[in-house]
Amino acid sequence: MTNLSVKFCGVKFKNPTVLASGILGVTASSLKNVVRCGAGGVTTKSIWLNENAGHKNPTMFGTEHYFLNAVGLSDAGIEKAVSETFPEYLKKKPAPIIASIVAANIDDFGRLAEEITKCKPDIIEVNIACPNVEDKHGKPFSCVAGDSAKVTKIVRARTKKPIIIKLTPNVYNIGEIASACADSGADGFCAINTLYGMEIDINVRMPILANKSGGVSGPGIKPVAVKAVYDIYKATKLPIIGTGGIMTGEDAIGMMMAGARLVGIGTMVYYRGAEGFGEVVSEMENWCAKNGVKNIEEIIGCAH
Amino acid sequence: MDMKSFDTRFRIIRIKKIIRENDVTNTYIFDYPLFAKPGQFVMVWIPGVDEKPMSVAFSDGREFWITVCKVGGFSSSMHELKVGDKIGIRGPFGTHYEIGNGQKIVLVAGGYGVAPMYFAAHEAVSAGCNVDFLMGARNKDLLIYTHKILGLGVNLQIATDDGSVGVKGYITKILEEVLGKSKVDKVFTCGPEVMMKAVGEISFAKKVSCYISVEKYMKCGIGVCGQCAIDDTGDLVCKKGPVMSWDYLRKLPEVGQYHRDAQGKKQYFFKKTI
Repeated sequence: MTNLSVKFCGVKFKNPTVLASGILGVTASSLKNVVRCGAGGVTTKSIWLNENAGHKNPTMFGTEHYFLNAVGLSDAGIEKAVSETFPEYLKKKPAPIIASIVAANIDDFGRLAEEITKCKPDIIEVNIACPNVEDKHGKPFSCVAGDSAKVTKIVRARTKKPIIIKLTPNVYNIGEIASACADSGADGFCAINTLYGMEIDINVRMPILANKSGGVSGPGIKPVAVKAVYDIYKATKLPIIGTGGIMTGEDAIGMMMAGARLVGIGTMVYYRGAEGFGEVVSEMENWCAKNGVKNIEEIIGCAH
Repeated sequence: MDMKSFDTRFRIIRIKKIIRENDVTNTYIFDYPLFAKPGQFVMVWIPGVDEKPMSVAFSDGREFWITVCKVGGFSSSMHELKVGDKIGIRGPFGTHYEIGNGQKIVLVAGGYGVAPMYFAAHEAVSAGCNVDFLMGARNKDLLIYTHKILGLGVNLQIATDDGSVGVKGYITKILEEVLGKSKVDKVFTCGPEVMMKAVGEISFAKKVSCYISVEKYMKCGIGVCGQCAIDDTGDLVCKKGPVMSWDYLRKLPEVGQYHRDAQGKKQYFFKKTI
């Protein structure tokens, strides 16, 4: 039997799979269901300081190769996290929970870091990478090393919880941005957020998504994610949640070899359902058994 | 895995015919082999406007119908469309009412829930079922589909709040009578959640299995966004529903109490008194 448990920023996960932010994360009961299905941990949908409406439909669709979404980070705000989501989840807490936070300016990130700490998440994920809010708020902070460092610094100053920074792949040198965050007090990373994308419906001659552009995820983006994780690992050696295009246990193993300690899984749910978490974990177990891996932590970064 | 089946982009179709049901309700007919079953839904996209889930009111492998009441922005835009206009659809999605051959079935429809219940009645009659169709509305002017339902040869009973047609009062009173008179295999219901909850409770008390069509705010319709997750199991209404058994639903804290808005915030059907 392989030991699949992993320590990440001092938090123990029973297996390396973590629900990625923005998928099935609206309510505590939904998060708990994902853990029942086999996930080692969960990430909430990104939480704002105040209510955020999000975009109109169509917000998502899939194809055999990729998935495109522009939900627009709809959320009821920190108040719901404080009064409902966290208290409900922490009652008989089934697995570690990562709180994803998002804000349109640096000061709000600071206030949010303080507020979310009171909710007692295990880890705080700072989402400075979502492509679906750019028209309102300018380009994501994680496109520029200096901006990424500023956000990291203010969040670091306002919480003692481990903080990981969610990075965008839509940059020339992700290693450089990760290093700037590491120097400003980041404990780790989650990479990657979605890629910029758009799809036109040729019969009505307009973009399918109401927001016109959105974020690409799913099977097709896996090599982009693996390369980003490889580069961040090389640049910082900090723990990484490697996410993007993970559909199977073998995909997850490859991501860990590139340098991920945990593997974020989101769009897989479209193809295999929430039950897919349990299946991915058994596929990882089988691969390890066949290849003589006793302890999953052995393979982290072994491709370097 | 058949990866081709994962394409959930829109199919663009044109409106073939529009039937005026009453002052605020239209039925839209499309020449498209949807192959939906009663209780399933389609995502309907009006390009440049919005996209919403809609119950299928009829589908026979050749054409399908949706019936839309003007209640908000999207349905008002739908009412502005004309024959020949294009819309996008994805689906059919979700679970359906399971109709066995030769069963005794009672259908309870409230308001615009009549349309999908008509589809269930049509399929039930084809399967040789004995069908009681109980229809509730606020008043005579809001009734829809009565002639189509009578055309199926089912036993139709109507209740209106003001007694302008049929029995005055709630349809649930008639349900109690029907369930008291003879042995019924299944009760299917579609309408306001508070009414469906009452239908579920009455059926449960009479030991008849009941299936209701759960309505939750949906975004993706394909099991990803989590918007329609139901408390406290976390099951997705777009996948495990919309048709769910009362046996399952009766144990959940959410049913008949609250739903969630587009931001995921609880909205109670009745204002909390505390």
